[in-house]
Amino acid sequence: MTPFLTRTRGRQRLHWTDWLAYAYLCLGVLLMFGPVLWLVISSFKTERELQHYPPRLLPYVQKMEKVPGYSDPLPVFKVTAGPLAGQEVAQVRRIGIVSQVVRPDAPQTIVKVPIKDRKPVEHVALATSNYAKLFKRFNFFQFFYNSTFITVVATIITLLINSMAAFALSKYDFRGRGTVMALIIGTLMIPPTVVLVPLFLIVRDFGMIDTLWGVIIPGAATPTGVFLLRQYMLTIPDEILDAARMDKASEWKIYWRIILPLSAPALAVLAILSIMWRWNDFLWPLIALQRQEHFTLQLALNSFRGEFNTDWASLLAMTVLTLVPIVAVFAFLQKYIATGIASTGGK
Amino acid sequence: MLKLITPFMQIVDVPMRALQGLLGPRRLAWVFLLPNLFVFGFFTFLPVILNFFYATTGSDHILLQDRPFVGMTNFGQLMNCQSYLDPNTCQIDVFWRAVHNTLWFIVLQVGFMVVFSMITALILNRKIRARGFFRAVFFFPVLLSPVVVALVWKWILQDQGALNAVLDYLGYPTVNWLLSPTWAFAWSIFLSVWFHMGFYTLILLAGLQAIPRDVYEAAAMDAASPWRVFRKITLPLLMPTMVVVMVLALIKGVQTFDEIYAFTGGGPGSATTLVIQYIYQNGFSAAPRLFGLASAASILVAIVLVALTAVQLWITRRNANG
Amino acid sequence: MSDLELRGVTKAYGAAQVIKGVDLHVAQGEFCVFVGPSGCGKSTLLRMISGLEPISGGEVRIGGEVVNHLGPAERGLAMVFQSYALYPHMTVRQNLSFGLENLRAPKSEIAERVTAAAQMLQIDKFLDRRPKDLSGGQRQRVAIGRAVVREPRIFLFDEPLSNLDAELRVEMRGEISRLHRRINNTMIYVTHDQVEAMTMADKIAVLRDGRLEQFGRPLDLYNTPDNTFVAGFIGSPRMNFFKGHVRGGAVTLDAGTTVPLPAGKFQLAEGAAVTLGIRPNGMKPGNAGLPLTVASVERLGGESYLYGTAPDGTAVTVHSPGQTRIEPGTQIALALDADDAHLFSTDTTRSLLRKDA
Ligand SMILES: Nc1ncnc2c1ncn2[C@@H]1O[C@H](COP(=O)(O)OP(=O)(O)OP(=O)(O)O)[C@@H](O)[C@H]1O
Ligand SMILES: [Mg+2]
Repeated sequence: MTPFLTRTRGRQRLHWTDWLAYAYLCLGVLLMFGPVLWLVISSFKTERELQHYPPRLLPYVQKMEKVPGYSDPLPVFKVTAGPLAGQEVAQVRRIGIVSQVVRPDAPQTIVKVPIKDRKPVEHVALATSNYAKLFKRFNFFQFFYNSTFITVVATIITLLINSMAAFALSKYDFRGRGTVMALIIGTLMIPPTVVLVPLFLIVRDFGMIDTLWGVIIPGAATPTGVFLLRQYMLTIPDEILDAARMDKASEWKIYWRIILPLSAPALAVLAILSIMWRWNDFLWPLIALQRQEHFTLQLALNSFRGEFNTDWASLLAMTVLTLVPIVAVFAFLQKYIATGIASTGGK
Repeated sequence: MLKLITPFMQIVDVPMRALQGLLGPRRLAWVFLLPNLFVFGFFTFLPVILNFFYATTGSDHILLQDRPFVGMTNFGQLMNCQSYLDPNTCQIDVFWRAVHNTLWFIVLQVGFMVVFSMITALILNRKIRARGFFRAVFFFPVLLSPVVVALVWKWILQDQGALNAVLDYLGYPTVNWLLSPTWAFAWSIFLSVWFHMGFYTLILLAGLQAIPRDVYEAAAMDAASPWRVFRKITLPLLMPTMVVVMVLALIKGVQTFDEIYAFTGGGPGSATTLVIQYIYQNGFSAAPRLFGLASAASILVAIVLVALTAVQLWITRRNANG
Repeated sequence: MSDLELRGVTKAYGAAQVIKGVDLHVAQGEFCVFVGPSGCGKSTLLRMISGLEPISGGEVRIGGEVVNHLGPAERGLAMVFQSYALYPHMTVRQNLSFGLENLRAPKSEIAERVTAAAQMLQIDKFLDRRPKDLSGGQRQRVAIGRAVVREPRIFLFDEPLSNLDAELRVEMRGEISRLHRRINNTMIYVTHDQVEAMTMADKIAVLRDGRLEQFGRPLDLYNTPDNTFVAGFIGSPRMNFFKGHVRGGAVTLDAGTTVPLPAGKFQLAEGAAVTLGIRPNGMKPGNAGLPLTVASVERLGGESYLYGTAPDGTAVTVHSPGQTRIEPGTQIALALDADDAHLFSTDTTRSLLRKDA
């Protein structure tokens, strides 16, 4: 138990505590990564394969073969008993417990084989049918568009208005600044989760219920964002602004030509946070959006639950498509996110 | 990037220049604050005020003028219990069940979370290979959406899912996890810890790395045993971070809704219904829409949150000063 | 290019009066240095001239025109900041052209002026670098270049050399002086280094606590300081001050010695409390005179300084050319050179020099 709680040890041979540590980490990898990986693998299984119990680790698809005289490719089976035992046959149709098959080299002669005497010929392959179905049967692109629109527009607005406020609060000395700061600190304590009812009324009065704007606007002014940016802007020397004033720059120009470029690292952190919040947002969109054509991906995923009596095939594919963009974006920006989230407390 | 926004900024420059001439540079600050204050004002302050109006009026109308004043009736109903320990004796038993669930939920969730993120942070803080990779592994669920997390685990826990298959293979009886109240609740806590652990691990890891190396070196010179080093140096120096982690986890725990709602829908029965879900259902999903009760309940939650946040701010300030 | 005039200029931050009424006229083409101890309001005064700081009272005139109500951009000035204040995200070229772009100068003219300024300041090799890739001296040149390209009516410098090491400081000092001779603009230069002030200035303005103590040519300030503050501030090491009283055309110091004064040079009132000021090189160790207990000796090779105390406890610094034999702890006598003496009223601290003399 003991030495593994501290870190100051030389680089000699692996101590037993090191083994314990690596064991824990490997278990961690299995537990943290495994489920998501399992979901991704499952999404590439055919619907038949999804029904398979016990589930198999890898996605299998049945071998299909084109047989002369039949327009569609036919599923291939291996016969396990009877006169054709050991041969691969293509199934034409199945009637009850009897399967009518043909030999690929003799496509005219139909042979009857009891279904218990045949086994499908399978190989590991990714089935994309779930994804194809998602695009064909459901309004996936609409959901994707809604989510993307909300994320992109909300992030732009958040960056713009929060950086403007942070600029005012960090670089101007005006009466009432303390009050504004106090009010913003105050809002840190009031998450939207506890003002849902009146928020709904106000957004309704603005005519924004069941519109994407009704999701975008209420969360655009985040105290976290203002703080993060203000803290950063305070480190920009005032003399640079004075120099720009001597250079005949207007205050607005100082904001966007000097302050914005110099705050780029902080803006990047806020952008990442905003993208994450918006893409993953759930409760407020659940309340504010009502018609299905306005649903975000998260709402669509949630609504799949009851409506289709859990159509896992589509649901799995859609889940993967929902998590891929965010994971992809963040795979590149891992360092930024970690520091960003750690420095702001995440929300 | 700059090229992209230049035309927009140049257009805005014209009215801003005029305003600067009119107001002078100092009062221009208010113009910069305006958009933010507008959004804050309408979508944060105003709702806070209106929440009190909703909480003190009745009926299922959303418009305030249609709602009769009922005073503290909504709070009275919510608090009307013979024994707060037994939801069945309460007038609004669902609310109290949600409160009980939430309390158990946060106690267990925060407890497990702190323990596991602490262990993970300590291990990640050792000299290990591929530390970046392992850190990312524990952190990445934080990026996922609550709905995705819920579905990932539902897929594993479903009747014919991977977990049951493994149990089957090992010869144990299978369980229909999400149909059993106890298991559903246990898995909810598990899922929540799985989801958020990486975040707290990261904070604790930063706290551990902020402990100066020379302190450990001094301890090594003093021939302190590893266990003593942990007890007497690591733990005390990490304590402020631990407290922050705990309070943050509490604040977030009270507000939990998304992942559990998407995971169990609050069921079976109301076994996993948490307070925020109670508010959501009363105000937005079930008819009649009891906005008054929803608002009253959210004010109670807000009081808890404000208290917790005040503690948090106090601690952060004290840490910053000390 | 214009002259600058301040008339009764004041500045208050709330109740705190920081500039307490300054009158000053800097003629066209003059190099004027503001000196004074830290916190005396030099930067504030400069920023009020620049327009970055609003003026609480009085008038600032540039080229005869009152500019109180004009913003920093409209006054046609350029400023070089202590921290350089270069735009870190722009290249040197962009730094230089930013101001001209704001003035909507044509592209060709911008390029021309930037090239000319860059060549003059020898930064043409770095035009496409960012400030962080430059040395301190190069950054300083860019900061000056940014002011030069604007062709301002007046240049303002706020302690531009204080971030440089000693050697570079001497070099840049010469460079700024050369720049002034070359373009012959009015320049206002803030520093608390009196060597900089003495070597660069046409005129020095000595400020203390928000007030102008004296304004004049460097040597005039050195030779005829208006009051004890200026006398003590200008010249290094500091002037020695001895308290005493007028006794029949001579000063009897509290330290016990009597110093005869040149007739008619000072306004003397019998029995008045006066302060006698003598620079360290106005005294010589001799056989008779002011007794001094030597506490320490600084031997610099070519010259030496003696530090000691007079019988009344006054600290005294004595300059002695060449290498001295005097050891710490010995008692010596100082011969005071009355021709080099300055006389101030102890009550008002003002000089008692006759103006008509
Ligand atoms: N915003 C302000 N509010 C109140 N007082 C101020 C403010 N800015 C400056 N002061 C005060 O004005 C006085 C003059 O400051 P200033 O910066 O002009 O001094 P300085 O002569 O430039 O000193 P230094 O040589 O240290 O740069 C100081 O006493 C300072 O405390
Ligand atoms: Mg200064």
